[in-house]
Amino acid sequence: MVNYIWVGMTIIGIVFALINGTMDAVNKAVFDGAKEAVTICIGLISVLVFWLGMMRIAEESGLLEKLSKLFRPLVKIIFPEVPVKHPAMGYILSNMISNMFGLGNAATPLGIKAMEELKKLNGGKDFASRSMVTFLAINTASITIIPTTVIAIRMNYHSASPTEIVVPTIITTLLSAIMAILIDRYFYYRKKPKG
Amino acid sequence: MSLSTISITFIPFLIGFILLYGTFKQVSTYESFVEGGKEGIKIAVQIIPFLVGMLVAISIFRASGALDALMNLLRPFMKSIGVPAEIVPLLFIRPISGTAALGMTSDLIAVYGPDSFIGRLASILQGSTDTTFYVLTVYFGAVGIKKMGDALKVGLLADVAGIIISIVVVTLLFGTK
Repeated sequence: MVNYIWVGMTIIGIVFALINGTMDAVNKAVFDGAKEAVTICIGLISVLVFWLGMMRIAEESGLLEKLSKLFRPLVKIIFPEVPVKHPAMGYILSNMISNMFGLGNAATPLGIKAMEELKKLNGGKDFASRSMVTFLAINTASITIIPTTVIAIRMNYHSASPTEIVVPTIITTLLSAIMAILIDRYFYYRKKPKG
Repeated sequence: MSLSTISITFIPFLIGFILLYGTFKQVSTYESFVEGGKEGIKIAVQIIPFLVGMLVAISIFRASGALDALMNLLRPFMKSIGVPAEIVPLLFIRPISGTAALGMTSDLIAVYGPDSFIGRLASILQGSTDTTFYVLTVYFGAVGIKKMGDALKVGLLADVAGIIISIVVVTLLFGTK
């Protein structure tokens, strides 16, 4: 599916540029897009190095395991295929917690570690396992408690109450995370052979 | 602004806590940090081709005007189900580009005011959803997963659900003014 979407976006874009006369912009977009991608990755090095370093300490000191013990009952329901004592649990949880606090730059390295562990659980195969799809569904629904960036923008434009969107954001984000999990379940059970 | 005080103190506190706990448990903290950090470089480099491929395709799609055309095509339909026309571009940008979405959100807030229906809706949409394409590309790319399975479908459907939920929540809590 990714292959089709990827080729589709590119080809439709090029054909559209032919009709619309936007070839110049498309030419520029090719190199701008590539450059932006590399810039993002280079920018990620600092946070990846820092937080993965920190997390290694947390892992070796047993902190990560303590954390996962705390939330085990909840996560067990969401990720039935992950053994409760597996390190993936700790990473999944710390990723979710970082996301909740709006620490996007800490969440990404932790999420990647979680994916690594989930891949090990899946025997190192190169296709997405059920737990991976669930994990990413939750991540794209991005559970947030404090949307710091949005609050900052609202303050910039002199909102009477910049933080009034906090509670609605929490409600929305929780409901959409639940929806994400339900949608994920739906596809999983539809595919699973019956009996 | 007690909430932002909490988020400002959270990171330094967390760092301090991890370091003290590690020291208490007699972990060789600095060496562990360096070892863990090395992995970060490997991962960042590994993501590059995945992200370059995805971002180039998205840039072409946007720059050619195809995205705008798609939006204009769907606008009447979106309007008929109660989605304000002003917000439609943000809905399409949000899953594919984080920076563009952030720009659009601040633009909407600047134009319509932070305390308007559009301003609030944009704020909540920005805060409660994520850049699905980016998340999938980075996470799958970092561990070398090539077949994403249902992940993209699930992610995008969840985005749609998120949009509907935010419109309902804003309308219920603040009205449509």
